Amino acid sequence: MDVTMRVWRGDETGGEFRDYTLPAHEGEVVLDVIHRLQATQAPDLACRWNCKAGKCGSCSAEINGKPRLMCMTRMDHLPEGPVTVAPMRTFPIIRDLVTDVSFNFEMAKLVPPFAPPPPGPGGYRMQQIDIQRGQEFRKCIECFMCQDVCHVIRDHEENKQYYAGPRLFIRYAELEMHPLDTNDRRELVRQKMGLGMCNITKCCTEVCPEQIKITDNAIIPLKERAVDAAYDPIAWLGRKILRRHKRSPAEAQAVGR
Amino acid sequence: MTTVENAVATPVRIGGVRGGPDAPTLRTDRWWVGPAITVTVLVAFVAYTTWAIFVNRDYYVGAAAHRDLISPFYSPCIMASCVAGAKGTFFVINWWHITPALIVLAGPLPFRLTCYYYRRAYYRSFWLSPPACAVADAHRRYSGETRFPLILQNAHRYFFYLAAIFNVILTIDAVVAFRLPGQGGIGVSVGTIVLVVNAASLWLYSLSCHAARHLCGGQLRSFSKSRVRYRLWRLLSPLNARHMQIAWFSLIVVALADLYVRLVASGAFHDPKLF
Amino acid sequence: MEIETQRYDVVVIGAGGAGLRAAIEARSRGLKTALVCKSLLGKAHTVMAEGGIAAAMRHVYEEDSWQVHFRDTMRGGKMLNNWRMAQLHAQEAPDRVYELEAWGALFDRTADGRILQRDFGGHRYARLAHVGDRTGLEMIRTLQQKAVASDIDVFMECKILRLLTDGDGQIAGAVGYWRPTGEPVLFVAKAIVLATGGAGKSWKYTSNSWECTGDGHAMALWAGANLIDMEFVQFHPTGMVWPLSVRGLLVTEGVRGDGGVLRNAEGKRFMFDYVAEMFRAETADSEEEADRWYTDHAGARRPPDLLPRDEVARAINAEVKAGRGSPHGGVFLDIASRRSPEYIRRRLPSMYHQFMELAGVDITKEPMEVGPTCHYFMGGVRVDPDTAATAVPGLFAAGEVAGGMHGSNRLGGNSLSDLLVFGRRAGAGASDYAEGRSQVGTVDRAEVDAIVEEAMAPFARSSGENPYALHSDLQETMQSLVGIIRTGSELDTAIEQLDVLRDRASRVAVDGPRRYNPAWNLATDLPAMLTVSRCVALAARERKESRGGHTRDDYPTADPQLGKVNFVLSQPGGDGWSAEIKVAPEPIPEMPADLRALLEESH
Repeated sequence: MDVTMRVWRGDETGGEFRDYTLPAHEGEVVLDVIHRLQATQAPDLACRWNCKAGKCGSCSAEINGKPRLMCMTRMDHLPEGPVTVAPMRTFPIIRDLVTDVSFNFEMAKLVPPFAPPPPGPGGYRMQQIDIQRGQEFRKCIECFMCQDVCHVIRDHEENKQYYAGPRLFIRYAELEMHPLDTNDRRELVRQKMGLGMCNITKCCTEVCPEQIKITDNAIIPLKERAVDAAYDPIAWLGRKILRRHKRSPAEAQAVGR
Repeated sequence: MTTVENAVATPVRIGGVRGGPDAPTLRTDRWWVGPAITVTVLVAFVAYTTWAIFVNRDYYVGAAAHRDLISPFYSPCIMASCVAGAKGTFFVINWWHITPALIVLAGPLPFRLTCYYYRRAYYRSFWLSPPACAVADAHRRYSGETRFPLILQNAHRYFFYLAAIFNVILTIDAVVAFRLPGQGGIGVSVGTIVLVVNAASLWLYSLSCHAARHLCGGQLRSFSKSRVRYRLWRLLSPLNARHMQIAWFSLIVVALADLYVRLVASGAFHDPKLF
Repeated sequence: MEIETQRYDVVVIGAGGAGLRAAIEARSRGLKTALVCKSLLGKAHTVMAEGGIAAAMRHVYEEDSWQVHFRDTMRGGKMLNNWRMAQLHAQEAPDRVYELEAWGALFDRTADGRILQRDFGGHRYARLAHVGDRTGLEMIRTLQQKAVASDIDVFMECKILRLLTDGDGQIAGAVGYWRPTGEPVLFVAKAIVLATGGAGKSWKYTSNSWECTGDGHAMALWAGANLIDMEFVQFHPTGMVWPLSVRGLLVTEGVRGDGGVLRNAEGKRFMFDYVAEMFRAETADSEEEADRWYTDHAGARRPPDLLPRDEVARAINAEVKAGRGSPHGGVFLDIASRRSPEYIRRRLPSMYHQFMELAGVDITKEPMEVGPTCHYFMGGVRVDPDTAATAVPGLFAAGEVAGGMHGSNRLGGNSLSDLLVFGRRAGAGASDYAEGRSQVGTVDRAEVDAIVEEAMAPFARSSGENPYALHSDLQETMQSLVGIIRTGSELDTAIEQLDVLRDRASRVAVDGPRRYNPAWNLATDLPAMLTVSRCVALAARERKESRGGHTRDDYPTADPQLGKVNFVLSQPGGDGWSAEIKVAPEPIPEMPADLRALLEESH
């Protein structure tokens, strides 16, 4: 039996889908087929990959229109017919299936880092229940498919300047829930990182290969924390009267005032 | 208040050429089924509710039908225009002349409108922003929930408090529905069960809400320093994971509860007594 | 030809655990630091590490100490380890773990809120700090975030081709190219740290990613450094064997640490039949005792399933050869019948996921099929234990690319701690060197141009060898002739075949643009792969004994005399990756009496 792969070939000057037909092998994933394509019919077909085990998050692509890891998508689980493989839509193309994902690394640079107090004599103590929320977010393999699928930047390029995206929201959530952290990033996330741009349509959660509940466990808790910080009328009144902004030095610097 | 307009842009490169065809979506599965179902159910609910609210009759089954049942759309009935028996006694609004259900709506409706789940449902299905994952947004500009009126979504927790008051009232209605009017004593009819299920599903809906999960303990940095709130959070988190299912269930239950009371009150059939 | 030039005090090549830690160290000293990696930041092979970081922190067993860890490491490496490296490693590992915690890592916790430690093969006490079965990911993310916060310049998707030395043999820089554009780039540096990892991609069934092509090993050799212990390649006992397309994919040792056992086709726990004399005193001899050990380390001896990796891999190999293997040519790893589904899903989430998605096997209900897979290079660049300096002044090496630390076999969990301990030391060593150097070395532009020209040559050939076919043939050769069990005649054949492959590699032709061209990228990886493969085969031919990760069918026992030497490889003929490689035995460094005494104590 044969399979047909409809693969995007092109760069910033343009491109097209090209069909390749090759024999099907038992138990293969999409990435295996792409590799066989490279070895036989299309040696220069560009694709990013590393571990081929769903642990590094390099081989993100849009398979039949949905963001998936090529290494974790079994060919026999896809419907009959040609398999469409396209690069991630949200990021600038480099070539074929490879995109320039530097947006995500730029956004990561802006995160005010973890700031623990100095450890006590016996070192830091944290209970398992204190870190389990953060551990979920740290499962993130940075495949950037949540960033890719998020319509805030997928369909509105101009929003990239004001929007950190789901990947970074779970990073902010992790830090905000870290029992030892002393920074307060709530106002930064609300004002500069576009937390309010998210309309919780949950596509990030749907595509997450690590099954992180991005929306329920990170973004919504962040939004609620932003309400604590900014939209709580009693707290707001208190701030107005006392003219005090509870903000850590790192955040004050990042917010820029 | 900072908005997208006055926020300072982050220094990222924008405007690069994207890969893939310039198509709204490459998906070939039936991604439109989900939004279509949402639209159908919500439109049906809104249509029925609008009629039920403005019809302003058959919302109370009184002693005449040997059972104290009131439609959840009309409780608390605190207007002078309410039918006798349905009306509270210690607080009556005399200046309100249209349907009493409209004022009752003021609590639960904004709670549902600002609910994190319903927001997902209507942003996807009605506003098409986006209609489904990896399907293009139907709008050219997008500012999310950063501007009026959508910035008011942030008030969800205050509507949660408000809705909780209504839950208490509907719980009292359910308890009262055990009473056998006239001769006194306690009994259970199908109507009793309907109101109990209604009150319970509304409580489940409120307690499974994301604001509740945040307020009960989610807002803490360190759970081990506040074990009681952690236990509450542990209790509510599994409910929260099913918030979507509970949201639909409670929506349908509340409409059915109204329908049931309406049918009994209009005399279509008799509320069967169980014991 | 004008070429993009970057000037730095310290350039770190490789952004896995060791490279990141080295860069953080150099940057903390205020030096201008560059971190260069072949992939995106955070994708390095370190993310694949599952089990944990070995460090005698004594959170679970008070009895543990650096001395016991040192002893375990030396015994696991069959005493061929560089004692000083093993000592520094055991002593400093706990501090490196605490440091990660202070940088934001969230390790699993004990009941009293300290870092939890788990059992692993070859470690006497539960010693591995871990996060479920994704410790490597936690480590690389923590270091990555620390590096970003420390303002280190990261050059992603940049392949380094060659190191440059100046007239007096000091390091001067490195030449490479950007994979996204194919444009060459020159790094001029006062000191360079190699942290390029292993070279497992030369084998067919391997747990390694495409990046593990031995660039650092080869570049160091070409630049005049020495390689040691190259014959010792670790075959991890438990890799997936089916489906074929994922054959070799790692199954963490944590499965056995958490109660999984190995069975053959007859359902027998065969490991009891393969306990070597050296480990008999501390290994359980009945299933009852082995099962008791999981809850009572003091009252029972450890199960044979948790012997060092070389022992287990050989045993599995023998069972399969004897016809007692599983349907797809492995053995069964069974945790389903021994632990509850909840326990398995909580402790081994990514294993559960991996088998469910890729093989359609529910590991909470069925046993896994596993077999040996090429996993780790014990051998590597010979370094000074304290500073990680190589024989080339200004060149440092840390992590898998450095040799000596693990002797003939590495214990699970010792690699992550190795990365941290020696990554930091390499960063410090390079910083000291860079601070002591007023000027960067001079770079010979003609040499740079020649390197770039050689790299671009495949585009100029209109027809020639297909790099994919060449790579596949190399993998076939190494898998079948330089695999887990070796013999002299096969090694001779392997070397002959490598000669042929080397000739073919000089005729590789590729088509298409330079920008992100995987065929060309592979073509530029081939020289290093071929060089390292040759080193392994040459050293394996010289070591006429069986020890640790090196098993010779024709010399099945350990030779005490060979237990006192390292085989050192060098390329005295100088430049050019096709120059001949010399192999010479050299005595291993003498261990001080106090450390020797530790090894002789019974426990």
